Amino acid sequence: MSDKRLTFKKRLHILKHRFRGKKMAPAFNAFHTFLFSPDETTHSGSHIRGADDLKRTMNTVIMALVPVLLFSMFNTGYQHYAAIDAANGVARELSLWGNFFTWENLWIGITQVLPLVIVSYGVGLLIEFIFAVIKGHEVEEGYLVTGMLVPLIVPVDTPLWMLSVAVAFGVIIGKEVFGGTGMNILNPALTIRAFLFFAYPTWMSGDKVWVHEAVELAGGPDAISGETVLGYLAQNRGAEMSTAYDTWDMFWGFIPGSVGETSAFLILLGGLFLIFSKIASWRIMVSAVIGSLVMGLIFNGVVDAGWITETSNFYGLMSFEFWKHLIVGGLAFGIVYMATDPVTGSQTNRGKWIYGFLIGFLSVMIRVFNPAYPEGVFLAILLMNVFAPTIDHYVVRGNVARRMKRLKNATIFPKDLDSKEEELKVETA
Amino acid sequence: MSKDIRIKKGLNINLVGAAEQTISKAVLSNVYAINLDDFHGITPKMLVKEKAEIKAGEALFYNKNREDMLFVSPVSGELIEIERGARRRILTLKILADKSQQNLGHNVLDVSSASSQELKTYLLKGGCWPFIKQRPYDIIADPDTIPKAIFISGHTTAPLAADYDFVLQGKENELQTAITALGKMTPGKIHVSVGKSSSSPLAGLNGIELHKVSGPHPAGLVGTQINKIDPINKREIVWTVTPQDLIIIGELLLTGIFNPERIVALAGSCIKTPKYYKTKIGTEISTFLYASGVNSDDFRVINGDVLTGAKSKPDGYLGFYNTTVTAIPEGDDYEFFGWNKPIFNKISATRALTFSWMQPNKKYDLNTNTNGEHRAFVVTGMYEKVFPMDIYPLQLLKACMVKDLDEMEQLGLYEVAPEDFSLTEFVCISKQPHQQIIREGLDLLHKEIG
Repeated sequence: MSDKRLTFKKRLHILKHRFRGKKMAPAFNAFHTFLFSPDETTHSGSHIRGADDLKRTMNTVIMALVPVLLFSMFNTGYQHYAAIDAANGVARELSLWGNFFTWENLWIGITQVLPLVIVSYGVGLLIEFIFAVIKGHEVEEGYLVTGMLVPLIVPVDTPLWMLSVAVAFGVIIGKEVFGGTGMNILNPALTIRAFLFFAYPTWMSGDKVWVHEAVELAGGPDAISGETVLGYLAQNRGAEMSTAYDTWDMFWGFIPGSVGETSAFLILLGGLFLIFSKIASWRIMVSAVIGSLVMGLIFNGVVDAGWITETSNFYGLMSFEFWKHLIVGGLAFGIVYMATDPVTGSQTNRGKWIYGFLIGFLSVMIRVFNPAYPEGVFLAILLMNVFAPTIDHYVVRGNVARRMKRLKNATIFPKDLDSKEEELKVETA
Repeated sequence: MSKDIRIKKGLNINLVGAAEQTISKAVLSNVYAINLDDFHGITPKMLVKEKAEIKAGEALFYNKNREDMLFVSPVSGELIEIERGARRRILTLKILADKSQQNLGHNVLDVSSASSQELKTYLLKGGCWPFIKQRPYDIIADPDTIPKAIFISGHTTAPLAADYDFVLQGKENELQTAITALGKMTPGKIHVSVGKSSSSPLAGLNGIELHKVSGPHPAGLVGTQINKIDPINKREIVWTVTPQDLIIIGELLLTGIFNPERIVALAGSCIKTPKYYKTKIGTEISTFLYASGVNSDDFRVINGDVLTGAKSKPDGYLGFYNTTVTAIPEGDDYEFFGWNKPIFNKISATRALTFSWMQPNKKYDLNTNTNGEHRAFVVTGMYEKVFPMDIYPLQLLKACMVKDLDEMEQLGLYEVAPEDFSLTEFVCISKQPHQQIIREGLDLLHKEIG
């Protein structure tokens, strides 16, 4: 064999042909196409094709998530140490290079956030590979984005075994049983999040899970708080919250919360990048922002009108300035990265406006009225996932109705030419 | 009177190797061939046997469902081969041309006084009927039907396709005759479109409704224009003819002779000197391909333009309807990290580290690589950006895939032809075979509803 002189590319090509038709071919091809885009040429229809494929599309979303992930690694550490300082009564001033972008913070990120990423990808991709091999289709790229989203929407101290179970559930029940990437009804990442929330409610809610080690230290002498902005507000502790975090903290993201949801600024950048690259729908993002602002304004209006007093359970959240809903909690993250999922969202342009608006509207509504847990984005998006086909159905029916209306004026000539010949001559004379 | 059509949604695919506007005469081909794939849905019944001598314009076969619909030979000579495929289906008819050509002449018909039925019979007999296609279903028109309108697109927007303004020059007489004849076959209008600032001889014809079209591809596709001018409803029929075919129809009516002469654009990045050639239907492509020279070993010859043409070979034959032959490089090679590195040399409808949006007028050298693997439909909203019809393309494709006849009908399948989905196929991230899906959908609907 003169294989030694062959290039790497050629060797992989030979391997690909050896694997062809074998059970493990999809697994090999997944690695092969990761390294090299395939040598496939067009067989039917257009002889040339556009430059993008699904891998590139998914990769673009991941690129939009990378800044969020990096920031969250530092923020995890920062929130951990800030909570300890707060518990000890030590005053702490945020300084970007002094106590935020530090090795100490990053180390917490590396030990706490990276394992979430690795477990999410590891378990999810393993299942995808198994299904691809069993069903004999190529490994599709859907999980590339899901795998990155999952660690960013869970509390930082989520035990890895819980995450594994949730990922397995989300990928199998949420996606593979429907036929894999492109066929699922619910957003897989949110299915995973919802599974965690409903399967382990005591772990996933409350005030302790948002900051690293808050759970372990709870009840002890070194107990630290892990309350989120929304958590404070839900307990009508707005004043306490405003002393702890100002609006800029919320915007830049120096607040506790799910791993990647805190920085509205970086999420905004990611959203602009996705809109610019034409990968995500700007219609959904814009309408979701409008929807949340409208709901926020309604709540503010109710408070201004005096229908709700400070004694009400909902006062804290309802009096929260309407636009601030966008920079706390998971709303911005959900709007930019989850609502825009093309598979589970509305597929028509008009439908996207309705779909997005309702996501924003319901997110804020659920957030305010949810007694157990002051957040509603993932529930709102999952609910709208279910309604998206219905929205599309009515939008498409509109088009059909136009066509049916046109049909009334249709110019139809009978096929029997002989009897029509005379008439035709007259008309064209 | 002209009505303007402005298309906003679409995508111009600028490729290198556009044909220079000079006409050379191609050398005569020894063998001419008729490819039966060109006539979708036609079951041929042979009229002549192998080894028979035939004249140019003499019938080779007829449509099994309509005995008077004849398909004629482009040249005189000997029918040397009837190439058959699986289940003895006829694939190609090859004719060895005589040195001196003999034409089968018909009596000249006075178009102005002839009736619609006389004209139809004449075109059927003369072998020109197959040039008239109908929608719905994108098939050769049924002579027994009366179309509500006839559409002729004289505007070219497809990449590297023959420029009608150029190839129709000096053919006013033939065009007018054909238009007059077609005008008798419909009580409706004959809609003719030209480019916005075009010098096309089509613009000066009588008996037409002229439309000036502007905007990106697919503004030049007749389907786009039908949708904007007078969309097809259920049970309605429209006919379409391409302008070069009008010339052949016109010439048959004027002289009684089927003259399959055509000016063909030879284009594409693999051609050294891309230009126009005067040749005949069915000619061997190599008769002019190598006259212009090729600059690559591994290239694909396309009978037609890069979006809608059929795959051919240098020793293939010019298709019945084709006015363009394109040669582009084959893309059967791997690309290291092709899915994530920035791309400057390919066209993309997104900006996902692809940079064709920065230079909209740059000409690209695209090959036949799919740039990715086939996937389920994932991304939405992409097709709508390049699909100007009032139709939901994704939903229609899905209806065709699941063979839902009601949905296909209601979502507008009657209005489209596979070529209308060539651009959505180009931008498709999931690399789905749109034109094939639509073709199969149309065939199914035709079979079930008729």
